[in-house]
Amino acid sequence: MFKEMHDLFQWAWLIPALPFLSFLIIAFVTKRSKRLSSTVSILAILASLGLAIAIGLGVIQAGAEIVEHPAIVNVNWLNIVGLEIDFGTIIDPLSAMMLFVVTLVASMVQIYSLGYMRGDVGWSRYYAYQSLFAASMLGMVIATNLLQLFIFWELVGLCSYLLIGFWYFKVSAREAAKKAFITTRVGDFGLLLGMLFLYTKFGTLDFAALSAALNTNFQDVAVIGTVGYVTVMAFLVFMGPIGKSGQFPLHVWLPDAMEGPTPVSALIHAATMVVAGVYLVARMYFLFDHASPAALQFIAGLGAFTAIFSASIAIAQDDIKRILAFSTLSQLGYMMFALGVGSLTASMFHLMTHAFFKALMFLGAGSVIIALHHKQDIWEMGGLWKKMPITGTTFFIGVLAISGVPPFAGFWSKDEILAHALHNGHPIIYAVGLFTAFLTAFYMCRLFFVVFMGPEKPENHTHESPWSMTIPLMILAFFSIFGGFVALPEHNFAFYVHYGEFHHEPIAWGLAGISVIAGLLGIGLAYATYVTKAISAENMVARFPAIYKLLKNKYYIDELYLWLIHNIMDGLGKILYWFDIYIVDGVVNGLALITRGSGKVLRRTNTGQLQTYAMVFFFAVVVLFMVFAFGEGQLAALNPLATLGGVK
Amino acid sequence: MNLANFSVGLSTYLLVGAMLFSLGLYGVFSRRNIVAILMSIELMLNAVNINFVAFNRFIWNQKIDVHYILTGHVAALFVIVVAAAEVAVGLALVITIYRNRQTANVDEFNWLKW
Repeated sequence: MFKEMHDLFQWAWLIPALPFLSFLIIAFVTKRSKRLSSTVSILAILASLGLAIAIGLGVIQAGAEIVEHPAIVNVNWLNIVGLEIDFGTIIDPLSAMMLFVVTLVASMVQIYSLGYMRGDVGWSRYYAYQSLFAASMLGMVIATNLLQLFIFWELVGLCSYLLIGFWYFKVSAREAAKKAFITTRVGDFGLLLGMLFLYTKFGTLDFAALSAALNTNFQDVAVIGTVGYVTVMAFLVFMGPIGKSGQFPLHVWLPDAMEGPTPVSALIHAATMVVAGVYLVARMYFLFDHASPAALQFIAGLGAFTAIFSASIAIAQDDIKRILAFSTLSQLGYMMFALGVGSLTASMFHLMTHAFFKALMFLGAGSVIIALHHKQDIWEMGGLWKKMPITGTTFFIGVLAISGVPPFAGFWSKDEILAHALHNGHPIIYAVGLFTAFLTAFYMCRLFFVVFMGPEKPENHTHESPWSMTIPLMILAFFSIFGGFVALPEHNFAFYVHYGEFHHEPIAWGLAGISVIAGLLGIGLAYATYVTKAISAENMVARFPAIYKLLKNKYYIDELYLWLIHNIMDGLGKILYWFDIYIVDGVVNGLALITRGSGKVLRRTNTGQLQTYAMVFFFAVVVLFMVFAFGEGQLAALNPLATLGGVK
Repeated sequence: MNLANFSVGLSTYLLVGAMLFSLGLYGVFSRRNIVAILMSIELMLNAVNINFVAFNRFIWNQKIDVHYILTGHVAALFVIVVAAAEVAVGLALVITIYRNRQTANVDEFNWLKW
């Protein structure tokens, strides 16, 4: 049985290859035909989805064995002295789960785009980029070594840039695309340094080999060095996820990335690309495990901070996509601190469920935006439930899921994260997570109540979206409802996706109850404020104007960065420019000046006068004579006069 | 210098040669007419001839008791021949320059000046 499965796993490389082929076809062949482009793209991603499902079933059938011995296929790609890199695929429960999630969300998004992007001039270009992105992301999740992962990581960043700036005639879109790329690049710099460090220390970038090296040799200090080395490596490698997964200092690109089309936001900036960082930490978990506890503490702290930081900003935002963007940042913080407190399972579980309900909500938001002709301010919307029932219902399912209401998917994963945080001895992080859950429920319900409930605005003429948009919503809603149940059976999610020893942990119903209460409190507060108007939002704003301004302006982080860039970076640039012009160029010009000056002086020896030359000649002969006749040691050794038996 | 037991030896001849050479050298450096410089060069060459002949006389006279070694004389003859040829060429050059520039003043031959 495992052998047949193994044969199936050999074909895993097709999963990224098909969308990539689709990209090539669209880019070079079907560019002019809109219909063909989208057909090719959707067929490719559906084929990949089918393969991913097959592989997922294969993994489930393989049982415990696949966790110990993942199916790895490697092809030697680069073999020069000092550097040996393979290209390969790895099928283990983690990658199988990611494959399924990515292909599912990508195919839903591409089908949805049939309706959303209707009439757009750049249709073929859009589907080409979508295919390229799918190929890159899928390639990343089955990468066997860090370099391969990094290549696809960068490709994914490129696709993000291309898709954020899709409507390139808009200045804001161009700027946002640049911001995304540059900000993630800052993180990638650290990741690259970490990779270099790992390679020089271990001679390999392969995950399996690194894991083996760290696990077996760790006692041998002479081989590895010290825990310090590994900790530095861990921190450097973590820089990549800070950028890519929007953790605190480098989170600034994600809200701006909402300039892209909404399906792009759903796919890239909610479900897949931003989780690449979390995925990387999960893949390299053995590195963090062997580093000093400071590394994981840092990750946990940063993740928790990001979670509450973003959630606090979200409660004051008015743009529907911005709220969802900050929500994504907050949930990414959850995933990160789950890894930090030691639970790979909880983090990956939340990654999966979050992909479902966040993509669902983004697509729902897109449905609303299109219906209202590209209006995005929630205060200009209202009472949309009546005219858009499918969108409203599915969005509500998403809201319940993210608020952690059982039995929806978010409840299981969020509860698992919080339970692990408390059980592994991080009470503060647990408290932060719990409070953030309350905030999450609050702002999501605020969004829902303001947009879908209440009186309709007369200027809005809405209608439900076409089937191409509502069917993906329904499918994702299905997963948001039932996706959490994988935690329940005997061979549950944790059985397949875990790090280290597997313990079947029963659900902690007490803690779960507390999280649910927190979520319900948030919902209740939002209901009281925005539906019954029992609490007045305006009064709250009036009472705490400073806090409201702070939250609304995202804590002025963007302004801070701009100030830093203009003053410090550009200032440094000016100093270096001065240095270059005056000192470096000065040295070069100085050399030329010296040459010219000495030339001016020395040319005077060319008098053109025969007698001058004769005199110089004579004086040289005299000097030579003196040297030979009266010189000591080496100089006198060639004394020709001595041969005549004359002068000593 | 002790004039009582002064005898003419090799040094005397060499000294004469040196004096003539110096005079010729001085002439090369200080004369303005190109023909005068050529004459001074001739003087230097003849000084060298004196040296050759003097060495011939004194080395073979003192070392080997053979009277017919004439190496120095032959060398001097060579020098004379070469000097003659060289003067021919030199004077040809002088005439060409004079025809071109109407001057034989070495100070004015400064076309290779910077």
